[in-house]
Amino acid sequence: MTSVEKTDGTSANAMVKSEGVHKSFGPVEVLKGIDLEVKSGEVFCLIGPSGSGKSTFLRCINHLEKVNAGRLYVDGELVGYRQKGDKLYELKDSEVALKRRDIGMVFQRFNLFPHMTALENVMEAPVQVKGSSKAQARERAGQLLERVGLADKAASYPSQLSGGQQQRVAIARALAMDPKLMLFDEPTSALDPELVGDVLDVMRDLAESGMTMIVVTHEMGFAREVGDSLVFMDGGVVVESGNPRDVLTNPQHERTQSFLSKVL
Amino acid sequence: MTVDTNKTTGPADTPPAGPEAIKAIPVRHYGRYVSAVVAIALFVAIVYAFAQGNINWSAVPDYFFDDRIITGVWKTLLLTVLSMVIGIVGGILLAVMRLSRNPVTSTIAWFYIWFFRGTPVLVQLVVWFNLGLVFTYINLGPIYKDYWSSFMTPLLTALLGLGLNEAAYMAEICRAGLLSVDEGQTEASQALGMSHGRTLRRIVIPQAMRVIVPPTGNEVVNMLKTTSLVSVVQYPELFRYAQDIGQVSGAPVEMYFLAAAWYLILTSILSVGQYYIERYYARGSSRTLPPTPFQKIKANMLSLSGYRR
Repeated sequence: MTSVEKTDGTSANAMVKSEGVHKSFGPVEVLKGIDLEVKSGEVFCLIGPSGSGKSTFLRCINHLEKVNAGRLYVDGELVGYRQKGDKLYELKDSEVALKRRDIGMVFQRFNLFPHMTALENVMEAPVQVKGSSKAQARERAGQLLERVGLADKAASYPSQLSGGQQQRVAIARALAMDPKLMLFDEPTSALDPELVGDVLDVMRDLAESGMTMIVVTHEMGFAREVGDSLVFMDGGVVVESGNPRDVLTNPQHERTQSFLSKVL
Repeated sequence: MTVDTNKTTGPADTPPAGPEAIKAIPVRHYGRYVSAVVAIALFVAIVYAFAQGNINWSAVPDYFFDDRIITGVWKTLLLTVLSMVIGIVGGILLAVMRLSRNPVTSTIAWFYIWFFRGTPVLVQLVVWFNLGLVFTYINLGPIYKDYWSSFMTPLLTALLGLGLNEAAYMAEICRAGLLSVDEGQTEASQALGMSHGRTLRRIVIPQAMRVIVPPTGNEVVNMLKTTSLVSVVQYPELFRYAQDIGQVSGAPVEMYFLAAAWYLILTSILSVGQYYIERYYARGSSRTLPPTPFQKIKANMLSLSGYRR
């Protein structure tokens, strides 16, 4: 990709660009104008207290939530809408689905398909969405399970796996679609403390391979070690952003200081 | 993260000397003995009353495999299966319509369920039977044209009457099943780029089946028994044939018992089928699958013979 400015004004190496994004649930305004930019290949961490809107923002990126105001771009393309002149047209469900193929998402509650084995979970989207052959998908799924350290659990159902194992299968499932962007919504928050490490290891490995990742997390250690950028959100706005090591060790804003003093 | 998995294992050749097992005298539940005796006495009394009543029991085995009865059994089964197919397909359709975001389709589905669930199936059958008063002809353009009365055969009337009524009940069962699937499942499949239809077919419905199958089994059993109503639309089935034989042979009540026995046999067979379908959809939901009846019997035999694990 060249570094030529795209027609919509985003620079070519921005994977995600958010301009004044607002989101309300009924009368409750959850996002009050989010401006940020995630560069291609970087690990972007979102931290903040619960209810600060960080998960909602993440869900807006693959249009699981509809943005009320502002503009959100993924890889230079508007999320959920098409702009023609000065008019916005809502995308059809099929068009939204097409864009979601390129965005992997990992959930706090794993959301594995319980009626399928680990291998079938990973195979499902390539076969059903991309139309890969079963043999091809099975081979690739096997490789991905090996990559997350679960080659021996291919035939297990999610209920037979620990939380950490389930989350690693979920990561493999998202990777099976060869996404250009991975969203992590508090991937370790539902795990026993001793299982967190395995999942973070897989994520670290993924970051090293150059994947663009947006990670909503409470794992400050991970953010400091692996993160390239960090944003602290509170009350639906970005309070502070910058290099994770700087923000975490030397927060400038009073709200960031009080939050970090409680979690660190 | 490499974890050292060297577990300390005890000596394998000597079984561990466990603590001494408790040997206590169990509590005696005298109330249980009394209630068991009372229940058995009542049961015996009822059986005795029927056995020595003025009923010619030998007529039942005489006609049990009569050609007309067997024909009736097949027709009853045919009606049950076909009506349930109409009911289940219609039910899924109506459930999806009711859950749809389109207010027109969801309202239409609501009215359908309201009407067909709110009127007796016997009345619906009779109405279908007499619909010739409203429509004289059936005219599907160049494909088909006929008098309504010759188009609406008794079988078709019975199927429509039972099937469309069933669809209303199945719709609610299917809706409950669809709603029981965690929203995270839909989100996960949408995040993978799956369409609505595919999400429904591949992810939601297979999981909803766990909730849908048990009440549907109930509906099948109910349907089997409800087919005994279709004699009002001139479609003969098990109950009607039994009645006919009863009037000719002079053993009317005996033939009712015969019919009852057949219904019991059929519903029992259906229940076994239901058990295996439930087992199929339970895969992945629990760590070990429930045992099949055969495995249960085997386990019980072993425990009776004093085998302990």
